This record gives sequence, structure tokens and C-alpha cells, in this order.
Amino acid sequence: MNTNAALTVRDVNFSYGTKKALDQVSFEIEAGHCTMLLGPNGAGKSTLFSLITRLYDTPSGRIELCGFDIKKETCKALAVLGIVFQQTTLDLDLSVQQNLRYHAALHGISGKVADARILEELERLGMAERRFEKVRQLNGGHRRRVEIARALLHKPSLLLLDEPTVGLDVPSRTSIVDYVHSLARTGNIAVLWASHLIDEIYPEDRLIVLHKGRIRTTGSVDQVLQATGAPMIRDAFFKLTQGD
Amino acid sequence: MNILHFWRAMWGIIGRELWRFVTQRERFVSALVRPLIWLFVFAAGFRAALGLAITPPYQTYILYEVYITPGLIGMIQLFNGMQSSLSMVYDREMGSMRSLLVSPLPRWFLLMSKLLAGTFVSILQVYVFLAIAWAYKIHAPWQGYFWIVPALILSGLMLGALGLLLSSFIKQLENFAGVMNFVIFPMFFLSTALYPLWKLKESSLLLYGLAKYNPFSQAVELTRFALYGQYNQNALLYTLAAFIVFITAAIIGYNPSKGMMVKKGGG
Repeated sequence: MNTNAALTVRDVNFSYGTKKALDQVSFEIEAGHCTMLLGPNGAGKSTLFSLITRLYDTPSGRIELCGFDIKKETCKALAVLGIVFQQTTLDLDLSVQQNLRYHAALHGISGKVADARILEELERLGMAERRFEKVRQLNGGHRRRVEIARALLHKPSLLLLDEPTVGLDVPSRTSIVDYVHSLARTGNIAVLWASHLIDEIYPEDRLIVLHKGRIRTTGSVDQVLQATGAPMIRDAFFKLTQGD
Repeated sequence: MNILHFWRAMWGIIGRELWRFVTQRERFVSALVRPLIWLFVFAAGFRAALGLAITPPYQTYILYEVYITPGLIGMIQLFNGMQSSLSMVYDREMGSMRSLLVSPLPRWFLLMSKLLAGTFVSILQVYVFLAIAWAYKIHAPWQGYFWIVPALILSGLMLGALGLLLSSFIKQLENFAGVMNFVIFPMFFLSTALYPLWKLKESSLLLYGLAKYNPFSQAVELTRFALYGQYNQNALLYTLAAFIVFITAAIIGYNPSKGMMVKKGGG
């Protein structure tokens, strides 16, 4: 087990009743990389995220965030985690600033520090001028940017994104994909991005392909292409997610 | 993690709830209209039909409006508790509950903060209601307006904890109508909010027993006595015990390894 891993998932199983959602899932991700968790709908990506965030209990196996066991050291593990859920989790009736302040309070960040960080994160995402607007007035792309700013507010070591670009137009998608990849390149943060959109993968990304609750392959883009003998990631993905 | 973290998080949660409440005018108005209709219409209509004997904490004959005022305070807190529970189910369906549950604080603390926030909102509503009732010439001793604060905190927490517990079981928003029919109405009508226990005893021993052991009755009595500067130990202990039972069950309900959350399934 790599002690420098930002996220370690080891032998994790999960079932909804008799239906197995995750089967012996194991992988590690490190800071400085954007790891794309690829899988078709129903592959178990969101279930895996619910386990990593302790929304669900992990009945078997082990999940560690920066060395903290999510089951035994839940608060320490969650403190290093930033997350953007598939569904928007912003309060539509509050302003951008109020939403971010609320998040800062939940992480114990004082008012002044919170305001400075809010401004800093929003400026990076080009949203600073809109911080006093109600979230309801923002379009889908801008709401996503606010959620990314929120996820980064407490300076996490691990950023999880659960299909954050679903339903967005092409420019919004491109800018979010670019921004998150640039974050990973700084080397201070590990990114795990769940997606089924192949065009969001960059050549330097690491890949984890999940299908029917099982890991089909892991590795760099080149390694996956080599292992599957496919010319393109799209072909490799289809190969790995066909049949059982 | 330190005490300051807990403090900031708690006030973050309470501040958010209070802000949401004061900015949602419809919610504010509807929370007040319900008890006011009961006070102005129902109580006026029943004033002649219901004769009330002198029973503690009252030292003289009172009007029916005076009698039901603590009951209507209880009604405000009961509906507020259920409203909080409804918003928890809504938040969970919409996803915003997740952002709360993934914050780095113990889940029991997050739920308690949410509960406190709901209780503060209900106390705000109660004071606005009492101000209108005062203008309607329903006056309690002035000290009573201070003494009810601890009573309102405890009864608000107890009813909020019940709502929280229900929200851990309710899978979808649509199921909430059942809560209205099977929890709110029986709790309200089978209580001392609208009629004293001895009146119920005259009609039915079964109803009397149900009303007597209904935690809502005890919360109403706690408030009734506090409003008149009196201490009702039985009501206090009963309400406190009910709160402990409800909040413990709610925390278990929201515990990922023991509760209902894992059984709800999801993506």
C-alpha cells in the first residue's frame, strides 16, 4: 500500500440487497494527477463516491483518504476531501457568497479568512463579480464553477468530481475540464473524476475503468491502450465495457 | 478540529436556517396564519360550547382563547418540526443534504445543529404569534414571556427530533402526506392543546390515556405552566425523555453503518 496515496481503495464490496454494486474494487490515486474513473451508467461510480464520502458505510474492504481510514477517522478523512456531486448541492435561494460562507463555516474557517478565500477561488474561476447574486440566477455552467470553488475553499488534498459536466454546453465543459486538469498539474492535489465522456480525458491522465461494479483496468492512457490493443481510448473503453 | 470549528459550524447552520426563514415570506406568513385562524375563528366559535374549570396553572376562570394559546404555540412548533423534517427529505432528494453530511464533523453534531436551527426558527414564530395574541388581549404575566424560552427550546428540540427521526425513514417527498395523516393530526388532536385532560376523561378513558402519554401534550403543558411562571416537573421530565429517545433514534437512523441511509440505495 502506497503511504503517499491521496486515496486508497482496497477490496471494497457493496450491495443493494442482493444486487452487487461493487465487487472487490481496489485502486490508489496520487497527488499531481487527474484520474478519470470511467464507466457507463450504472457501473457503480456514484456508489463508490458515496462510500468514499462515508454517505454509505463500507461493509467490507478499506478506504483511506491521505492515510485516514474513512470508517475510523471519518472527520480527519473528510477534512482533506473536496467534492462536486453529480446533482447540484447549492442552496438556490442563497447568494454565491452565502453558499460559500456556509461551506467555510462547516469546515471551521473564520469569517475573514473565508471571505479572502472565497474571493481568491471565485477570481480564479472568473466568478468573483457574481458573488452577490443568488445561485438561482446563474446558469448551469456557472453553478458548477461555484461548486468547484466551494470544493476547493478548504484547500483539500483530494478532489472528487462526480460527472460534473453532465448537461453543460461545450464552452462550459471545456473550461471546467481545463481548469481541473490545471489544478492537478500544480501537484498539490489529487483529482478523481467520474465520467462516461471520453473527450474529457487528457493524454497525461490516469484511467480507472469500472464496469458492472468491477475494475476492468487501471493505468495511464498509454498503458490502457497497450493492454487493450486499441488505437483510441474510445475503442479501449468499448472493448472493456462489452459483455460481462 | 477544535471547539471553534464546532462553534462556527453550528452558527453557520443556524444562520442559514434563520436567513432562509426570514427571506421566505410565504413560509413565514403561512406558519402564522394557521394558529391565528385557530385563535380568531375556532376559539371564538368554541368559547361558548366549552366550559373550563379552574385548573393549574390558571387561578381564575379563563376564556377558551387563553386556554388554547399554549396549545397553538405547540402547534407552531409541531408544524415547524415537521417542516424541518420535510426540508430534510427535500434536501436529501435534491442533494443539498449531502454537502452537510460530508463536512468534517460528527454526524450527531450536524443533526443537533440542524435541530437547534429549526428550534430557533420556531421560537421566532412563537414570539410573533404571542405579539399578535397580546394585541388580541390575550395577556400572560410579563415574566412568563421569558420563562417560556427554556420550555420552547426543549419542546422545539423534542418535536424537531421527532421530525428528524421521521425524515430518516421517509424515502421520498411524496410519502410526506402520510406524516400529516398519521403523525401531526393524531398528535395534535390527541393532546391537551385544545381541551384539558379532565374533559377528555369524561368522554373516553382510552382517549384520555392516549392524550396523557402523548409527548406533545407534555410539551404543551410545559409551555402552559412556563407562560404563567410555573414549573411543571412532570412535563419537563417527560418532554426531556421523549427528546432523548427521538434524537437517539434519529442519530442511529442517519448513521451510515446502522441506520436507514444505506437501505435507501442510490447511484
